[in-house]
Amino acid sequence: MSEAAVIPQNTNAAWELPSRGIVGMACLITAESAIFLIFIVAYLYYLGKSLTGPTPREVLELPIFTSICLLSSSATVHMAVSALHQGKRSLCSLWLAATVLLGGIFLGGTALEWYHLITVDHLTLQTNLFGTTYYSLVGLHATHVTVGLLMLSLALFFSLKGSLSSKHTGRMEVLALYWHFVDAVWVVVFTVVYVVGR
Amino acid sequence: MLVLGITSAIFLVVGGLLVYVLLRYRHRANDVNAHQEPPQIYGSSQIELSWTVIPILIVVMLFLATARIIFATEDAPKPATALDVTVIGHQFWWEYRYPKQGIVTANELHVPVSDPKHPTPTYLTMSSADTNHSFWVPRLAGKVDVIPNRLNTLWIDPEAPGLYLGQCAQYCGTQHALMLLRVYADTPEQFAAWVAHQQQPAVEDPSVAEGRAVFQHTACISCHTVAGTVATGTFGPDLTHLASRDTIASGAVPNTPANLHAFIDNPANFKPGCLMPAMHLNQHDLDAVTAYLSTLK
Amino acid sequence: MATQAPATAIIPQTAPRRLVLDVLHDWVTTVDHKKIGLMYIGYALIFLLIAGFEAILIRIQLAVPNNHFVSPQVFNQLFTMHGTTMVFFVGMPILFGFGNYLIPLMIGARDMAFPRLNAFSFWISAFGGLLLYFSYLGGSGLYGAGSAPDVGWWAYAPLTARVFSPGHSSDYWTISILLSGVGTIGTSLNIVATAICMRCRGMTLNRMPLLVWIYIVMSSLVFVTISPLTAAQIMLMLDRYAGSHFFDTQAGGSAVLWMHFFWIFGHPEVYVLVLPAFAFANEIIPVFSRKAIFGYPAMVAASVGIGFISLSVWAHHMFTIGMTSGANTFFVLATMAISVPTGIKIFNWLATLWGGKIHFTASMMFAIAFLFQFMVAGLTGIMLAVAPFDWQLSGSYFIVAHFHYVLVGAIVFMIFSAFYYWVPKMTGRMLNEKLGKWHFWLFLIGFHLTFDFMHIPGVLGMPRRIYTYEADRGWMLLNMIVSSGAFFQAVATLLFVYNMVWSYFKGPVAGPDPWDAWTLEWSTPSPPPAYNFVVTPTVESRRPLWDLKHPDDPDSHYE
Repeated sequence: MSEAAVIPQNTNAAWELPSRGIVGMACLITAESAIFLIFIVAYLYYLGKSLTGPTPREVLELPIFTSICLLSSSATVHMAVSALHQGKRSLCSLWLAATVLLGGIFLGGTALEWYHLITVDHLTLQTNLFGTTYYSLVGLHATHVTVGLLMLSLALFFSLKGSLSSKHTGRMEVLALYWHFVDAVWVVVFTVVYVVGR
Repeated sequence: MLVLGITSAIFLVVGGLLVYVLLRYRHRANDVNAHQEPPQIYGSSQIELSWTVIPILIVVMLFLATARIIFATEDAPKPATALDVTVIGHQFWWEYRYPKQGIVTANELHVPVSDPKHPTPTYLTMSSADTNHSFWVPRLAGKVDVIPNRLNTLWIDPEAPGLYLGQCAQYCGTQHALMLLRVYADTPEQFAAWVAHQQQPAVEDPSVAEGRAVFQHTACISCHTVAGTVATGTFGPDLTHLASRDTIASGAVPNTPANLHAFIDNPANFKPGCLMPAMHLNQHDLDAVTAYLSTLK
Repeated sequence: MATQAPATAIIPQTAPRRLVLDVLHDWVTTVDHKKIGLMYIGYALIFLLIAGFEAILIRIQLAVPNNHFVSPQVFNQLFTMHGTTMVFFVGMPILFGFGNYLIPLMIGARDMAFPRLNAFSFWISAFGGLLLYFSYLGGSGLYGAGSAPDVGWWAYAPLTARVFSPGHSSDYWTISILLSGVGTIGTSLNIVATAICMRCRGMTLNRMPLLVWIYIVMSSLVFVTISPLTAAQIMLMLDRYAGSHFFDTQAGGSAVLWMHFFWIFGHPEVYVLVLPAFAFANEIIPVFSRKAIFGYPAMVAASVGIGFISLSVWAHHMFTIGMTSGANTFFVLATMAISVPTGIKIFNWLATLWGGKIHFTASMMFAIAFLFQFMVAGLTGIMLAVAPFDWQLSGSYFIVAHFHYVLVGAIVFMIFSAFYYWVPKMTGRMLNEKLGKWHFWLFLIGFHLTFDFMHIPGVLGMPRRIYTYEADRGWMLLNMIVSSGAFFQAVATLLFVYNMVWSYFKGPVAGPDPWDAWTLEWSTPSPPPAYNFVVTPTVESRRPLWDLKHPDDPDSHYE
């Protein structure tokens, strides 16, 4: 055949497929969950196996306040997406700012906790198996929080500048999905490290 | 045999069908219907169901047979007459300790043959001092890995006396290839004699006093043990009865004075990458030490 | 009423010859899935030649006992680099290259879902490969004896710890694979998003070409497969440079933990590699049998099933580490179970051939060899699934023969088949059939000489990863035969490369549909224009072109 085939067109029926951004983010979340899972498995596997040094029970305290802040930030980012969907730009900025603030408090709290662990309890990555698995797991999560905060700050910047409108709702949803994932991971990490592990 | 039978049968049936199909249904240009497409068949529930169910049944059968063997081998009860040997894998040699007999040796493992009516198997408790290794003597047993910070058990019960060869089967570094295994299955008399001999401290032959002095004043003693002397190093093989062994460098070369000489001069002559450094002895000292070690029967 | 619009408009070819720099700039900055796909494939072919050369050196060294062709240090680098390159820088890129090229075309889309991510993924993977090979020039390995990684492609701990691998060889291994892993996850994300969100009108999931289905399964597998390796490699880097103790046995750490993490990656990884081979077979075998694939829904179910089960079998690589009888038994069951969906696929291909009119083109010959060889590989796999059997044969040349039977006998053969089938679409020129048949027969002979005979030294006790062996073990003749086969394969591969180059310039024009096939990629010109379709098509069945060519008997009546 020298001429390529001709495919008939039928433009009557509706043809709607899922959003690329959401599917893509879901895939990324799957991959990241698998990475976290491996660090969690390492943490659980090595519980009680450290040869020396401080144990979880001796040095860990439940980070209730910072956890509440982080988990509330899921609600605030959801409110930001709703506001944007309704075209209420300044309300969106407000909720985004709240999210960034709450996330920032969480990170600050983690930093304080680590400062205390290192200077007072003398627990570092190198101390023992607990130190190795604790800092790497919580640190991996904190890194994801940091990346999320950077993205949220960027969104906040655009929102304040007036560049966001309701047609960007889809992309905000994708970012919010990532943030919900980060919070869900914290629920698991919190349970494994601060509840089960102690 | 069951496994081989099943896989051969599948190979013949499926392979045969494939050959048949290729011959029978090949496109022939002179065929009357050459330009027509053949009838399009999209599937058949019955056929597909049958070739799902039959493999499942084969798998179940094979699995049950396999499970039985696994449990029988791994969980076999240990008889009271079993010999205990501790195996420690090193880069690139094998250390053997017989705790109840008070023996420490290297590279050549002696075990008693096992009479099926009154079994005397050897239970090897194994771990590694450095990286992963694996103990594999094919004619005696499957392999079991030798892993640091972990104890693994392997039992062997050779029924025929003789020498069984094997080698390390888990890549452990540069000289993995020459970390050979030599297992001597001895008759009860031979074994008893060997044990008694190994329990003796090192031979003190006055004619090699000079060599012994060189040995004891050089770094040799920081890695090697010669029982009854100041040499108590444990990084390298125990040399107390070195001259009673058939090979050196864990099976790499026969144990002759010439080979020993060349090895001590520079281990890379036979085993480049092994962890013993070239000792840089002058010829005179080298000859003396070789002569000394050759007396350690 | 359906409106008619030509899928190809006449594009005037009056543009002047472009400067080399312009062409290079175009390729470096492109986000077009077709160009990116071609770059993946070209890059993988270069590494195929390099890793193949490494294999030749290995076989020369092993042809006779106590050989001194290469030193043990170099040999240990060679087998490490051969394995690492073939898995990460040949297998993955070539399969992602084909996927990238074909998937948008097959679903009637203009490009992938995230074109810039596509380009980024390629370049970061390419950088990973270059970094790995830079290791030959820099760093120092075990005891300063070399520079390229020499820890085996599984890099078992604690051999990779600073104390046993003081130089940077392990770091090259770790970082180059980490980087290419990022690229792999990016491309997989793209594939899933594209296949789910960008199908043309009328193409429900039930009407997607099986190739697209399988790439969805394979990409989904990547998310949960590559990530454990990434995690383990982060842990290794922390151990080596931050003083952590993940795999530090002196601090109570576990060497076995690395094994679990690696094989949780390693086993599904081989399914990531073999599933696209199945995908190619699903497209090629029907066309050259002139029949629709037999049992489309079962093929989808089997592929998904293989994906899931493959996540549960990993410790069959660890039967010898001293797991409990209960654990060993579980992994035996899972490993045997995967043979059921795999067998279903083989039977479905057989049934597709049955009653057809089989055309023995070069592409089809490679596909048929794939069928035979994949079956044999599966059977030796069943043997190895029997753990007591594996206790003898694990870590021996029987295993090396088994996995090369799958990797070369199934995957490489199917890749060659895919080349002969789709290169005409990519370049607009047919590959030379006569050369293709020479390529096939030479490669077949070489493959069987090497890998059939390789099973025997394994049974006779020859372990793998040894740079030499004693003369009194009785392995010499077999090793010689194995090594001789390598040369046939090398010559055949060079013949193939020559065919590719020659045909690009001198091959007969292919036209849009040289094989009289039925999926959407064959409705575009060869090569397709940058936008793929003038108007994105609407489909009403699994084989839109079959419906066009047989309006009296369209597929849509039977689905």
